[in-house]
Amino acid sequence: MTLKKTLLASVIGAVVAGTTLLPMTASAETLRIGYSADPETLDLHEQLSGGVLRFSHLAFDPLVRWTKDFDFEPRLATEWEQVDETTMRMTLREGVTFHSGNEFTAKDVVWTIERLKESPDYRAIFEPVASAEAVDDYTVEIVTTEPYPLMLNLATYIFPMDSEFYTGETDDGSDKAEIVKAGNSFASRNVSGTGPFVVTDRRQGVRVDFERFEDYWDTESEGNVSNIVMTPIAENASRVAALLSGGVDFIDAVPPNDLDRVREADGVNLIEIDGTRIIGFQMNEERVEAFQDARVRQAVDLAINQEGIADRLMRGFANPAGQFSPEGYSGYNEELVPRYDIERAKELMAEAGYEEGFSVEMIAPNNRYVNDAQIAQAVANMLAQINIDVNLRTMPLAQYWPEYDTRQSDMAMLGWHSDTEDTANFFQYLSFCIDEETGAGQYNYGNYCNEEIDALVTEADSETDLEKRNEMLREAEAMLYEDVGFIMLHWQNLAYAAADGVEAEPVVNAIDFPYLGDLVINRSED
Amino acid sequence: MIAFLIKRLMHAILVMFVISVLAFAIQDNLGDPVQQMVGQSVPESEREEIRERLGLNDPFLVQYARFAKNAVQGDFGYSYFYREPALEVIARHLPATLELVFAATLIIVLFSVPIGVYSAIKPRSPISRLFMGVSIIGISIPVFLTAIVLIQIFAIGVTVTLFPESTGWGAWLNDFFSTEGNMPSFGRGYDLVNVVGNWDTNLATWNGLQHLVLPAVSLASIMLPLFIRLIRAEMMEVLQSEYVKYARAKGISMRRVYFVHALKNTMLPVITVGGVQIGTMVAYTILTETVFQWPGMGLMFLDAINRADIPLIVSYLMIVGVIFVVTNTIVDLIYGMVNPTVKLTGKPA
Repeated sequence: MTLKKTLLASVIGAVVAGTTLLPMTASAETLRIGYSADPETLDLHEQLSGGVLRFSHLAFDPLVRWTKDFDFEPRLATEWEQVDETTMRMTLREGVTFHSGNEFTAKDVVWTIERLKESPDYRAIFEPVASAEAVDDYTVEIVTTEPYPLMLNLATYIFPMDSEFYTGETDDGSDKAEIVKAGNSFASRNVSGTGPFVVTDRRQGVRVDFERFEDYWDTESEGNVSNIVMTPIAENASRVAALLSGGVDFIDAVPPNDLDRVREADGVNLIEIDGTRIIGFQMNEERVEAFQDARVRQAVDLAINQEGIADRLMRGFANPAGQFSPEGYSGYNEELVPRYDIERAKELMAEAGYEEGFSVEMIAPNNRYVNDAQIAQAVANMLAQINIDVNLRTMPLAQYWPEYDTRQSDMAMLGWHSDTEDTANFFQYLSFCIDEETGAGQYNYGNYCNEEIDALVTEADSETDLEKRNEMLREAEAMLYEDVGFIMLHWQNLAYAAADGVEAEPVVNAIDFPYLGDLVINRSED
Repeated sequence: MIAFLIKRLMHAILVMFVISVLAFAIQDNLGDPVQQMVGQSVPESEREEIRERLGLNDPFLVQYARFAKNAVQGDFGYSYFYREPALEVIARHLPATLELVFAATLIIVLFSVPIGVYSAIKPRSPISRLFMGVSIIGISIPVFLTAIVLIQIFAIGVTVTLFPESTGWGAWLNDFFSTEGNMPSFGRGYDLVNVVGNWDTNLATWNGLQHLVLPAVSLASIMLPLFIRLIRAEMMEVLQSEYVKYARAKGISMRRVYFVHALKNTMLPVITVGGVQIGTMVAYTILTETVFQWPGMGLMFLDAINRADIPLIVSYLMIVGVIFVVTNTIVDLIYGMVNPTVKLTGKPA
């Protein structure tokens, strides 16, 4: 049958291909991207999302940015020093211009920080910042309410915007600076940043066109991409096909099922990166009394074979985890590794008086994380071995979050990426005792509460001696590991793929924001 | 005629009304749009504020009344994702979908009529059997798979090494079965010609047509077998009828009997089914457009569902309802032209 079909197809193919013109010959420096999502908006502060942040690194520059191994690299800030416990002084780069032609100075940084504090999405992250002040044109002082060790982490989110460009009124009388969620604001349609690329055309959901900014300050960058055409291709198979057929040069989020195919294909290269997003399960202690017993939680953890899931289900596309922090994070504790031991798990269940087991309901999304529904199924099967009978429901993302928010199930799957690329963030959102006032434990589905850990992390978060702070966070990870406040599975990897000659490896990173301004394309033209 | 059109207009309004009520009734199950609009660390109080501003906390009837009041004035609400009026978003995506459906329809008509007629006239010939066999396969393969296979063969290319490369014939066969690829696998291409307003066409340039081929073929692949079989069945029935026998007996050339007398009567039921199916095809574009990243209404709708973009979902459903009413109306009009004995006003016979 396939043969017949192939025969028929190739006859048609021969006819069509015979008359096909040569594929569009792109000039050497045009980069055609197929991303799984496009930026929701052009206003950096309207939505904190992967799409918008990737865009930020194209049209804007941050004060500092992450290197591949989680160090800080100066961008618009060239130097920084902690003047006193709560003040950081930053020296800004001179001779930088915005796309509009305005000159970049300290007032733009101050303006941007003030706007960040107005933004619903960034307000919580920038809570520690009290004020920012321009000392002179190229020096800015950022003051925090309390000693705060993560000011540089926050600075990776400060992409100075052109304050002059975004000030004033539009023709219909609305403020150019206003942040309107899902509204038609000036900033969501107009851009002036300092970044390597200027937006020339944008059709939302269809494509975004960029052109290299002629007056870009970073003349030392070897990046030679002159134009970018970015097409969002949400469907995994289509995105891979677009790369393999030569329709695009660079794609993100290669699905695990296609990894081998892309690895072996001619003319394209796969780039795998260890990711930082932890995938795991939360146990609802409000609904299931047994989960209040640390021995039961330990048993659940011991019954799950993280290595097996990472190896077989994820085909090596994940690193099995025993803690929140991936390697490279401040609180990473190398001693905390998965400890699959089914015999011990059974013993603990018996000790806790649940030898007969019990049944729980579990929810998981089916289109959010890599292989999410299959992972949940595997975990459900593993728990059956210690007589925990799991009734699993999976659902698409749009339905999952409302369901998750009601906390009406016994176990729930969650993936979390720390917005600050720092250990404390995991604890604050996922395992802190719930406090509606401060917003602590916003994603603590199971109502897990260990005040000792909370106190330690809180203390660490105002410790400016980083060595001491890291030690405290490592200790916190160890305590959580013992108490099993969160079932860790793995950190999900990232995979990009690029056509030959597109030297993407040096510009992609675990944070998932490729620095395309520095991308070198070296096509051997024939 | 005018009475008929007015009646259909009333139908359209009724359909839109019913769909809008239904769509509103299920909107709570479509997901939380606010969740899609905020970053993970945005506190609940902040989210509540956005919900309040968007009016999502109002009771069903209040929300519906507000929507209906605006809708009557032609305002179907604001898409959360596109940040534009929902109708404008749909209008911008409509031409891409219509061109795709048009191209697929063209393929269906061009292939189904000759193949259907041929296999009715010569039901026992091996070629007819081949067509019938292939059409059974075609009907049972989901459009998603067809699309992926087409992309693999024509866009990516396949290299066959099944035969011994060292022998001349083996190399030739390998070469024969392998494909180059090179056809575009996604999008509408960058070489579009603006016709009027927001209608950019794929039909005017070679590059545009190339982009159209694979999506159109895969969309047509669902309906084509159906039409081949329908035309064949109808034609065979007509060929058995008295007047065809009489025409033959009279000595009219067979060509004229087949293509003038028989085909005309075959087409009546085909038009009825066809009209309805073209409406259905708009629904199938959701799958085709997703695989080919074709920026039409189908892809837009699937994205809207994933983002719980409720105003856009509601508007899309209403517009599709109208498209169904319109195609049915057109079918009835054509039907009347082909067969003058049909009365459109629906007066009691």
